[in-house]
Amino acid sequence: MSKLRVAILGSGNIGTDLLIKIQRSEYLECVLFIGRNLSSPGMAKAISLGVKVSDQSINAIVKDPDCCDLVFDATSARDAQHHWAILKKLGKIVVDMTPAKVGGLCIPAVNLNDSIAQQNVNMVTCGGQASIPIAYLIGQTHPDIEYIEVVSSIASRSAGPATRLNLDEYIETTEEGVKMFSGAKRAKAILNLNPANPCIDMQTTIFAKVAEPNIEALALAVEAMVKNINSYVPGYQLLVSPIYENGRIVVMVKAQGLGDYLPKYAGNLDIINCAAIAVAEEYAKKAANPGAVTFLAN
Amino acid sequence: MKQHILISDPTLRDGNHAVAHQLSAKQVAVYCQAADKAGVPIVEVGHGNGLGASSLQVGESLESDEVLLTTARKHLGNSKLGIHVIPGFATIQRDLRMAIDWGVDVIRVASHCTEADITQRHIGYSREKGKETYGVLMMTHMASPELLVEEAQKMELYGAEGIIIMDSAGAYLPADVTERIAALVDGLAIPVGFHGHNNLGMGIANSIAAIEAGATMLDGTARGFGAGAGNAQLEVLIAVLDKMGYSHGVDLYKILDAADIAEKEIMPLVPVIKSESVVSGLAGVFSGFSKHVNRISKEYNVDQRDVYFELGRRKVVAGQEDLIIEVVLDIVKRRS
Repeated sequence: MSKLRVAILGSGNIGTDLLIKIQRSEYLECVLFIGRNLSSPGMAKAISLGVKVSDQSINAIVKDPDCCDLVFDATSARDAQHHWAILKKLGKIVVDMTPAKVGGLCIPAVNLNDSIAQQNVNMVTCGGQASIPIAYLIGQTHPDIEYIEVVSSIASRSAGPATRLNLDEYIETTEEGVKMFSGAKRAKAILNLNPANPCIDMQTTIFAKVAEPNIEALALAVEAMVKNINSYVPGYQLLVSPIYENGRIVVMVKAQGLGDYLPKYAGNLDIINCAAIAVAEEYAKKAANPGAVTFLAN
Repeated sequence: MKQHILISDPTLRDGNHAVAHQLSAKQVAVYCQAADKAGVPIVEVGHGNGLGASSLQVGESLESDEVLLTTARKHLGNSKLGIHVIPGFATIQRDLRMAIDWGVDVIRVASHCTEADITQRHIGYSREKGKETYGVLMMTHMASPELLVEEAQKMELYGAEGIIIMDSAGAYLPADVTERIAALVDGLAIPVGFHGHNNLGMGIANSIAAIEAGATMLDGTARGFGAGAGNAQLEVLIAVLDKMGYSHGVDLYKILDAADIAEKEIMPLVPVIKSESVVSGLAGVFSGFSKHVNRISKEYNVDQRDVYFELGRRKVVAGQEDLIIEVVLDIVKRRS
């Protein structure tokens, strides 16, 4: 089967790690790795892998529109909005790694099929990829959720300059995703950076206030969900199974990375990239099937 | 004439830790009136972890930020109204913008001692709105003096008008404070301040070490009302500063009265250095963890002291309260 041709826009940590993951994919082929500076470490990595590179940013695709079918946008929220205006017209599928939110929020373990009906999907945030599957299950097992709170702690060294400057956007996007997928009336997201050395793995706690806790049903569902997530994020683990403590449901998970371009402790970056690959592969499977590919309007 | 010291009083913010964030509007009103009368320059009000921090993670506030801050605003005349703001908890759009509408005067933007770059936008916004803006480095015993200077310089660059370092775990001895404050005074063009905790009984001694090393801002709370073992005790601090000849503008009798009022009106218990607080200080754990460690350790019947040392070993930072459950469950598991 021929692979889906993808381009990566953005040559930072996220883009470069995606590139390495794509090298292993049975369904995807990276045909173009695009940044703005040919001497960046990400570019050097791509060149060493024999991948075609460009420093022309979005113009690289505008000039050669037939080069790819799908674009991972790993730039910034602002740039991603501008890129979408162009890529939409060119008929490209966009997997958006930024909090631009022009497309629907995608959590592969929850809404993979709905996601690939859209031409642009948004990968929410790293904390969202870790917490929303659990928040969704709390919603599935509890009809009346007053409040959900998700707290992620990540290693300082895994938080690059863009993450640090965009904490507010991280919080807003994560909260929006938690509310949407769980049905909770209120949600809050908190992010901690921990500088401890050796670096801590990404850890996320999900708290919920519900009318009637059903820990047994939730625990069963969580166990199955962790297995499901493991099919695309091998390092996702349940740290504390659902308990009811001090009037709140508590579930704790951790994400270890694969150690591709980024160290293993950077599970936060790994989990969002693994999720993006999972959805891109689903697009690839769909494209491989006969019949026209049509998308819902974004 | 000795140096003038700018006093900031977070009784109604740090003290909120001591009552699991249950300070009421009435209590805020009563203490604000007393502090205002005493001439306290800055009165800091809010949830223990500051603006927007009411949460299951840290504890839910009895009163909303809006009630706490608008009540304080109404009862402060000459004293300025201050807030503590930690990016990662408080966002500009949801929280800071509103707080400015409610009339805060002084905004102190805080981060863990090595993470100053997350404060850039909040400090910038606060300055843009014309507010008196400080950078605060928390849990500073976890960084070397050189690293603290680098982080403080970032905040200075973002627009902070002064830097306060917190001994959030009550882990310092006076020589530690002297070394760090001297380095900061040397490396910054803006004023330096110190916020002391009392786990090892050093709240006042460390504050004095700070000003002797060149700090010009100090935090203290009535009766030391604050997280864990409590803070540098404000009325004692004022008396000691008087005795040493520093100027500060706070009236001694009236701040003693304010402390008496605070003890009667807002404290179910006057802070003492409990045995577990000594361990917390030794282990270098954030003082705000004490109520959670106490509750969860009792629930699962484990020794709090083991929990503190394990938290210290893992180098947890303020905001990681969820780890307490994991550490306790881990101790239970290892025991069986």
